[in-house]
This record gives sequence, structure tokens and C-alpha cells, in this order.
Amino acid sequence: MAEPETKVALQVEETHHPQHQCWNCGDMRATRFCRSCGKVQPPMPADYFSFFGLPRKLDLDEAALEREFYKFSRKLHPDVFARSAEREQEWSLELTSQLNDAYRTLRDPVSRSEYLLQLEGVEFEEQSKAATDKARASGEQKKQSVPPEMLEEVFELNMLLEEARANRKLGERDEDVAQQLQQMKASLEERMAALMTELHGAWSDWDALVARGLIGATDRERVLGKMLDVLNRRSYIRNLVRDVNEEI
Amino acid sequence: MDRIIGIDLGTTNSLVAYMEGERPAIIPGTDGLNLVPSVVALDADGHPVVGSAARAALINTPERAVYSVKRLMGRGLEDVQEELALFPFRLADDLQPGEVLRIKLGDKTFTPPEISAHILRQLKRNAERFFAEPVSKAVITVPAYFNDAQRQATRDAGRIAGLEVLRLVNEPTAASLAYGLEKKHNGVAAVYDFGGGTFDISILKLNEGIFEVIATNGDTHLGGDDIDNLLITLALDDIRGDMGLDLRRNGEAVQRIRQAVIEAKIALSANEQTKIDLELPGGRRYQRELTRTMFEEMITPIVERTLGPCRHAMRDAGLEPAQIDEVVLVGGSTRIPLVRAVVRELFQREPHCELNPDEVVALGAAVQANILGGGSAATQDMLLLDVTPLSLGIEALGGVVAKIIHRNSTIPASATEQFTTGVEGQTNVAIHVLQGERELAKDCRSLARFDLKGIPPMPAGLPRIEVRFLIDANGILHVSAREQRSGKQAEIEVQPSYGLTDDQVEQMILESFDYAEEDFRQRQVIEARNEAENILTALGKARGNAAWRELTKEERETIARLESEMKRVTPGEDYAAIRRAIDALNQATMRLAERMMDTAVSSALKGKSMETADVGEGPAPPHPISKAEFH
Repeated sequence: MAEPETKVALQVEETHHPQHQCWNCGDMRATRFCRSCGKVQPPMPADYFSFFGLPRKLDLDEAALEREFYKFSRKLHPDVFARSAEREQEWSLELTSQLNDAYRTLRDPVSRSEYLLQLEGVEFEEQSKAATDKARASGEQKKQSVPPEMLEEVFELNMLLEEARANRKLGERDEDVAQQLQQMKASLEERMAALMTELHGAWSDWDALVARGLIGATDRERVLGKMLDVLNRRSYIRNLVRDVNEEI
Repeated sequence: MDRIIGIDLGTTNSLVAYMEGERPAIIPGTDGLNLVPSVVALDADGHPVVGSAARAALINTPERAVYSVKRLMGRGLEDVQEELALFPFRLADDLQPGEVLRIKLGDKTFTPPEISAHILRQLKRNAERFFAEPVSKAVITVPAYFNDAQRQATRDAGRIAGLEVLRLVNEPTAASLAYGLEKKHNGVAAVYDFGGGTFDISILKLNEGIFEVIATNGDTHLGGDDIDNLLITLALDDIRGDMGLDLRRNGEAVQRIRQAVIEAKIALSANEQTKIDLELPGGRRYQRELTRTMFEEMITPIVERTLGPCRHAMRDAGLEPAQIDEVVLVGGSTRIPLVRAVVRELFQREPHCELNPDEVVALGAAVQANILGGGSAATQDMLLLDVTPLSLGIEALGGVVAKIIHRNSTIPASATEQFTTGVEGQTNVAIHVLQGERELAKDCRSLARFDLKGIPPMPAGLPRIEVRFLIDANGILHVSAREQRSGKQAEIEVQPSYGLTDDQVEQMILESFDYAEEDFRQRQVIEARNEAENILTALGKARGNAAWRELTKEERETIARLESEMKRVTPGEDYAAIRRAIDALNQATMRLAERMMDTAVSSALKGKSMETADVGEGPAPPHPISKAEFH
């Protein structure tokens, strides 16, 4: 984990939101709420980072994000608008669903990174969760390419899994196989942890680029490419861990 | 803001509650009891009877009574085969597959929402009698693990009963609100809610008044009913074995046995042993000793079925039992010592049960009602953030489910999906929405099939149809769609699976006018009574006014006579008599009111304040009472 001071500060003030005219009182400085009459304003499309008033940086202070989530919830939740006009109730519902979707995506390091890639127009492939769901939705066969350095390990693991499945069908249990699977699982989890460290490294690179104003297309491609690679390998291993867990 | 009541619409019992100042309180029924048994029967005239009164009908006219109807809410024929084997539900003979269930009571049939509406209407009446004013808004609780169809059915029941349902709240979360009022602190709480027909587990993070559900799980087919059925089967087998008497098809006998075993079950929570003793048809007696040890042995498999959902919820929350600070027990079945022991063992701590487990959900509903009504000092910082219990998905090619909103997502939650066409000139796209965790559509619960119609004809794959799925704060799904190339808003036809259409609900509201008339009559009486009391108060005050002395002796006598007549009829139920008394007294005090008004005006001209002139306190001139409306 990076030091706290490198984390992205959350902007509590809503000054970063584009100002517009309030539907209720006509004040020109309305953002999510009107500055003069306090009325909620119609929702505007926003990506999840800008919903929270954040730059597209990845090393987020997750505790601060939670505090912001609670703060916005208190202001936007439909419970607060139960006595308001129907239109304001609809906006509150819409805004709160945006808030919840944004918080759910940003609070998790992996989904946050995947979301950034998507925002930056990086095509997803292979094993990411989003890609899996997308492939399913369109009915396509998902690509599954094994990270080259893992070929041998995956081969061995598949043999073990098959053996375990065959045993299970016969109603038997081979302690030796079970133990080997446990060892495999431990080693896979170690790899996952190492990949998370790599991911944090990619975050630092990316956040530095954002701080410099994203100058240099090659740097951008390189950092995003690295992140994509880490995420793909990670989700591949996660799927393996899931397979092993099913057998254990 | 109108008064909002909190309702726990339970499988076995239902309750209604409200905020009395800073604390929630239960509103008792006419029998003085807090619990209204969720039993509905038709009397000899075909009028619905609800609660304790209907319970007798379960034995005397079992073909005209129904209980535990909550088990059928939002379900189809193929969902309830297990229920039909264990419960004496009599379904309509002409029921079609895919149709909303209809239950026979006498020679009439009712859908589960209509039967639930009878219960809700009774609770509404209890509240109206208690407040002496009409009530039309409610918060209703549902099991956390209820799916979309079950939630919609509950909301429909509210509408049929003439209630605007401002929010459906999950039962365990409601319970946590009631507990949260008691002790305010931060931490992680687990609510174990084992009721009459459903089991829920919810894990919440409490933070400065925010109640954030982080995971929920449960079983909507698991409750005290299942324990009762085990004991009923035991008794029926005994009777068949020992006396050669097969009573399985004898509705009256089964209900007698049911009540006896429920009493035995309750007794075993306090005592180590109990005796079942009841008279059977033909005058023979069935007697049996039952020890707690035997009872616990019998019910262990049922109680252990609650452990799976608990473990799932903890895994989803990413927590170990040791990380849970408080465990709260909710639901009547948590009175069973074995249930408490199992919970203690699982969470490694002593569970809370300070609040009555039968009442705590209704109390929490009242708290939520108060929050929606604008809050009070006690609730102003409280906010409930709940989750959707089941993943939402759409059916993709090959019958697999693509999940678009995952379970335990905070609601409101949304997802946007892109669809296109597969054939040139195609103008319709069918979408199948499902709820559940399984991989294949056939294993998930079908929520609805939508037809996106009127897509402009284009080559295959060219249309870009954006469909937005939104789960609202009630856990109910809304869908909207737009074709992006043309900007055309696509028409969405929702065909709810085992749900009532809006038209059907409207029809039921119309049909329920029979009962609405009864409600209307009661409301009229309540309103007229309030008006009469206002007049009496005002008249009492007017006697101190200068204008009173200006009336003739005759006038004063007439007023006194009409006043005592009004006092006589007001406590009664005769609306017309109260109304006549109001009109007569208003007429007789007209001159008094005018004199008082004159005095007030001249006092004002003399520089006296309106307050001392007491103008506001005079009897009001006659006015028509506002007509009650039923939505």
C-alpha cells in the first residue's frame, strides 16, 4: 500500500460539478443541489469518479470514500424525499442508484481498476468478470488463454482436479490428492497476493501520469497495458482457485 | 404529513405499530391483543373475518378459512407443490398453469394478495379506531429474502386494502432499527430472524445512525410452520397406528391437532416435558407425553437448515463469526431453546432478545415510517441502506444467465445493458429477466419477459438498444429501454410471472368496495365524532363569551337540549344520528357565532387583539364533511 499522503483527496465541496440553472428558483449556480433554495436537481450523466468529485486516480483512500458515500446517502436517499414532489422522488431514486453503483465499483480495488480501463477505452478480453458476463450476455465463447509462465502449473492442476473429480464420482477420497490441491491453492493465493502488489505498482504509475496531465500516449498505453495484463492474470488465477475450492 | 403506520404482515401473526413520541408502540386490536393472527375466514353471510375471530373458523368451517397465506404470495402452482402437501390450501379447480394462484373460501376464490389485503384492512381499521382518524399510508415489512414477485404481491395487497405503501422494508432490517433506537453504537450486527414461515439472516454495519446491510440470505420456505407440521405428522401417525384412525383428510381434526401441538411446542420452550391431550372425532382421546429432548431431536434438521444461509451471508460479508459484535434474535421461533443454542454456538456469543421477538419487526416498521414522515429527535440521524437479496440476470443464448446486478448490492441499484438484433429488419427483441444465483435460466426464478417492440427496421446488429434495469428502495425492479440510433423510446411490455397486472389490481380494488363501504362507514363515524367533539369544546368556551349573555333564554335552552342530545349520540356508531345532532346544533348556534364574530370585530376596532376576542373558538358554521377517498 502506498503512503496515505499519496492517496487521492476527496473533494468534499461540490464546486467541481458543472453549474446550471435551478429548475425551482432559477439560481444559476445549482450543482447537484441548488445553492440558494436547496432543491435536488435532475441527475446528470457522470462517470463514477466524477460522481464523487474525484480525478481518475486509482490509489483511493477507501475509508474516506466510505465517509463520502454515507454523506451523499444522507442527502440523496429516497427516504429523505418521501414527502417531496414525485419528480424530486424520481431524481432522488436515480441519483442514489448512481451513487450506489459508483461506490460499489470504486470501493473494490479490482473493479475500480477494471472500470478505469473501460473508461479509458481499453478493450477487455479473456477472464475479467466484466468480460465473462459480457461474453455470456452475447452468447459468445469466452477466450481462455493461459499465461505462458503458468502452463506447466495449470497442466498439473488440471490433472489433479480430474483425479479428484473421478474419485468423487466413485465416492472415494484420496488424501494425497486433497493435500496436493491444498498446496496448489496456497501457491495460487500467493500469486494472487503478488499480483495485487503489481497492481498497486501500476496504480502509482497511472496516478503519476494523471498528476502530470496524461502527457505522452506511449506512457499511457504502456501503463494501461500493464494493468490489463495484471488483471487478466489475476482473474485467470481466481478462476483456478474457484475450481480448486469446488473440489476441496 | 399524514400519519404513517408500520405493519408487520407475518405468516402466523400480523401487527401494526406507530411512533408514540420518541418510541415505537404496538396498536392493539379490538380484543386488546397486540397480535392479529394472520387467519382469514368467510362468515355465514360471506363477509370476511380476520384474526382471533377467524381462528375458530379454522376448526368449525375449515373449508371457509385460510392461514399462512404468506407462503403463497407471488408464487405459481409449480412453486408451491411442497406447501400443498403440508398445508390445507384449497386451490381453485379451474386454475391454469402460469396463472396467479386462487384459493377457495366457501364457494368464492381469492388470490393471495386479496387474502393478505383482508388482514391489512383489519390492521388499518385497528389503527383508525386507535387514532380516531383515517389512515391511508403504511410501511409494510417483507422477509429480506423475498424475491421481486413476492414483494410486488405484498405491495398489491396494500393497494387492495386501500393503503399507499410508502416502503417495503426487510424484516430483519426493520428489527435492527427498533434495536438501534435502544442502543446507539457502531459495529457489526447479525439479525437472525426465524419466523412462522420464513428464515432470514442479515448482517449490518452500524455507523453513526446509518444501518448499512452488507449481506443477507435466507429461506422463504422455512419457519415455525415446518416444526408444527412435523409434530402434526407425528400425531397423525400415532393415531393411525394406535387407534387405526386415519384423520389425514379430516380438516377439522387436523386443525385441532395443529392447535394442540402448537401449544405443546410453546410449552416446551419453558418446560422439560409436556403432554398433548385432545379429544378426537368419535369421542376418543389422543394423549402423548413429549419431552424437550425428543422434540429437539425431531426439529434439529429444521433448525440446522438455518445455518447454511448464515454461513453464506458471513462469507458474502467477508466476515468471521468473531468479527460480529452483536447478534439479535427476531421471530417467534427464536423462543425455542434449541434455536438459541444453535445461534450461540454459531456466532460464539450470547444473542440479544430484550425486545419481544414477535413485536420487534412491527416496531422497526414504525421507526421507518417515522423516518419517511420527516423524522423526529430520536430518528433524525437514522438511515437504512438495504441490499437486494438475489442477483438479477438476463437469459443469454444457450439458456445461461448473465448477472447484471449482483446479490447484496445496495439498493437503489441499476445496470444498463446493450442489446441488438440478429436478423435484418427485426423489430422485436425478447428479454427474459431472472432472479437467483444459479448459472442456468431454468434454475433461476423467472421474473418477467419483456418484449422490446417497435425497433426501427435496420440491418442485423445495427440497432443499439439500451435497456436500463433499476431496483428501487423497495427491492422492486423497473425497466426502461431506448433505441440509441433513432433515439426512440422502445415500448416495454411487462408480463409478470405469477404477478397481478395493474388492471387486475384495479379490478380488485373495485371489488373490494364492499369492504371499502364498511371502512367508509367507520371513517364517517370517526370524522363526525371528531367534529361533534370540536363543537362541544367550542360551545363550552363560548359560554364564557359576552355574546352568550345576549342570547334569549329560549335560545340558550334549545342549545342546552341539543348539546345533551349530541353528547348522547356521539359515542354510538350511528353516523346519521351524529350528523343530525351536528347540523341541529350548528343551526341553533348560528346566531351565537354571528354575535361572537361581531364582538370580535368591534373589539378589534377598539384596538383589542383578536386573541382576547376569542373569535377562533366559536362554533363553526355548518359545512359538508370532506368525502373520504379510496385509492
